Amino acid sequence: MKIWTAIKMTFVLTLLMGIVYPLAMVAIAHVMFPFQANGSLIVRNGRVIGSRLIGQNFDAPRYFHPRPSAAGDKGYDADNSGGSNLGPTNKLLVKDVRARLAKVLEENPGISAGQVPVDLVTASASGLDPDISPAAAAIQVARVAKARGIAPAEVASLVRKYTRGRFLWIFGEPRVNVLMLNLALDNLKPAEARPGAD
Amino acid sequence: MFENAALQIGLFIALVTAISVPLGLYMARVFAGEPTILDPALRPLERVIYRVCGVHPEAEQNWVEYAVSMLLFSMAGMLVLYALERLQQFLPFNPQHLGAVAPDLAFNTAASFTTNTNWQAYSGETTMSYLTQMAGLAFHNFVSAAAGIAVAIAVIRGFVRRSARIIGNFWVDLVRATLWVLLPICAILTLMLVWQGVPENLSPYVRAKTVEGATQVIAQGPVASQEAIKELGTNGGGFFNANSAHPYENPTPLTNLLEVLAIFSIGAALTHTFGAMAGDRRQGWALFVTMALLFVLGAAVATWSEQSGNPQFATLGIDTHASALQSGGNMEGKEVRFGIVDSALFATVTTDTSCGAVNSMHDSLTPLGGLVPLLNMQIGEIIFGGVGSGLYGMLVMAVLAVFIAGLMVGRTPEYLGKKIEAREMKLAMLFILIFPALILLPAGIAVATKAGLAGISNPGPHGFTQILYAFTEAAANNGSAFAGLNANTLFYNVTLGAVMLFGRFMMMIPVLALAGSLAEKKAVPPSAGTFPTNGAIFVVLLTGVILIVAALTFFPADALGPIVEQLAMLRHQLY
Repeated sequence: MKIWTAIKMTFVLTLLMGIVYPLAMVAIAHVMFPFQANGSLIVRNGRVIGSRLIGQNFDAPRYFHPRPSAAGDKGYDADNSGGSNLGPTNKLLVKDVRARLAKVLEENPGISAGQVPVDLVTASASGLDPDISPAAAAIQVARVAKARGIAPAEVASLVRKYTRGRFLWIFGEPRVNVLMLNLALDNLKPAEARPGAD
Repeated sequence: MFENAALQIGLFIALVTAISVPLGLYMARVFAGEPTILDPALRPLERVIYRVCGVHPEAEQNWVEYAVSMLLFSMAGMLVLYALERLQQFLPFNPQHLGAVAPDLAFNTAASFTTNTNWQAYSGETTMSYLTQMAGLAFHNFVSAAAGIAVAIAVIRGFVRRSARIIGNFWVDLVRATLWVLLPICAILTLMLVWQGVPENLSPYVRAKTVEGATQVIAQGPVASQEAIKELGTNGGGFFNANSAHPYENPTPLTNLLEVLAIFSIGAALTHTFGAMAGDRRQGWALFVTMALLFVLGAAVATWSEQSGNPQFATLGIDTHASALQSGGNMEGKEVRFGIVDSALFATVTTDTSCGAVNSMHDSLTPLGGLVPLLNMQIGEIIFGGVGSGLYGMLVMAVLAVFIAGLMVGRTPEYLGKKIEAREMKLAMLFILIFPALILLPAGIAVATKAGLAGISNPGPHGFTQILYAFTEAAANNGSAFAGLNANTLFYNVTLGAVMLFGRFMMMIPVLALAGSLAEKKAVPPSAGTFPTNGAIFVVLLTGVILIVAALTFFPADALGPIVEQLAMLRHQLY
């Protein structure tokens, strides 16, 4: 008797909570928030170039660089999220951080190690962190301005514009979305974007 | 930074209090079958479910029948999930054409989600089809949480009923917990999450061409509906591998706040449900305050340790100081939008309860920062705790506390007017002793065998912590991980799967037996010698008992892991 109740209850609740509930939520979400429900995708010239929530890699000097990523083999693999999972006393962690610091210092002449914020040389939890700290953006301003041939003040003001503060001034941390900032840079003066400046 | 941390933790606990009181009183009405605002919508559906399943809602069960119903239901659900995983390649909603899950991993995952653990030896986006995620995993998120609430309610009835043999009907409690409590809150939470950016779709993964011309495949799915129940039901199984650190699962500081609130809300509310059902609200408040004290202690230590950071980074000359422009501290395995405080808060909350969702990688926490989650689980996840399991775990500790108080003054201990006698103490001790046995014995076997040691990814004392953490979270049904441990092996899938099942059901049965035994007792009127369990002295006693039991049991093991590693880290020792 009870075993049949258990089996029937499993199927009834699977139908309700496992099928009806998520499908109803998909439908309502698409009506109320279609952009977010579909992953906050950014489309340029008819092509998806990424999601405003998902970090992507930038290497060129003319772009702000994101944090190191442990997602996938090359980083920023958005169907293989994850962190480095290196422990605090693991030699490999210190080796990685040292190498990243050297790279940051090489790419940004005039910047000293004491100016490099910790988030720019440590791997994020998801490997897809879309943000860097305002400090991490600040030390890249001179390089980006030089590569683009524009005034550092102009780049810095764009960084300020794309800096988001804490929620209600309390929760979370100030941050800069790297992809949105770089897209804004590209929109800045398309006429003056120098080909081959990379 | 100290001010912000104090403000965030203080505001958080204030919000938990504000939510838990009305929710707890509402649940007391729901499980007493009293009218509620949702009745017009849900009563007809409830009646149909009972008719289809052959449930007689008015027929209550004794503790044995209640336990048997719960076990049969869990077994049926576990088999269905196993079948879904093995057959997903033939079933709909699989746009990525993901293949069958391997047998040992499918067993491990079925055990994991049935027991409300949500340990994940797999990576969601590369292993599970949308159907498996929804009908298999999200279904268990609902019903394992509802079963936990049901058992807690039955246990409360056992504590407060007098000269009774019956403690409720499992099927009714299960259905009411699902429809009246979990479903409405989840529906609202889902939409708030989508508003903030969590996807909710059935599309194939998106191929993006990035600004610099690379190809980026972006995983999609019905994330928000699963995210909501994952937190509210203290399940914790992420849609994606990175769990609540993934920007699609937890995109903003607001979603982070909503998620930590959801994790605590039902566990906190059940203390007030208990107080209301016991007819003395202060009995519930005493448990609530004890839990809140232990939470604040853990959150403070974790935040301090993570903000202090890794001395190795300071040696390299990097700027790790908190300022208006960066959070500083130990940012390895953390997200910029959460920084130190929100990450430490989440790590504390997720292990105070049996949730196990993570918004930072616990494997990369500083040793003391990692000790806090470990200890939270080792004291039995009774700080608000898993939905249901937190409350009944705390009630067992309360029984132990009055017993110790009784020993000190030489009187028969009482709780809620019930005499605590030999039978009750035996059951309570069974509950308290099974738990460390399930952690320490298999962890000992793992460090003594090749198959166990092969999983370690971080050498030195940290490697031992990885193994200890894995068995602790399995027994405690948490599901968070020191995720570097390579646990998708035959050895870990089988051992951890078995520990999760024992950790769930071998704990539930003694506590239901305890409830059954207490229900049969008469209540004795309080006398001058009765130790009051609704005041500040009891809170202090209970807190002390909880900490002493955990310390006596686990200190030797913890000393070999995180404590040694902390000392090594301060001496700049690397492995």
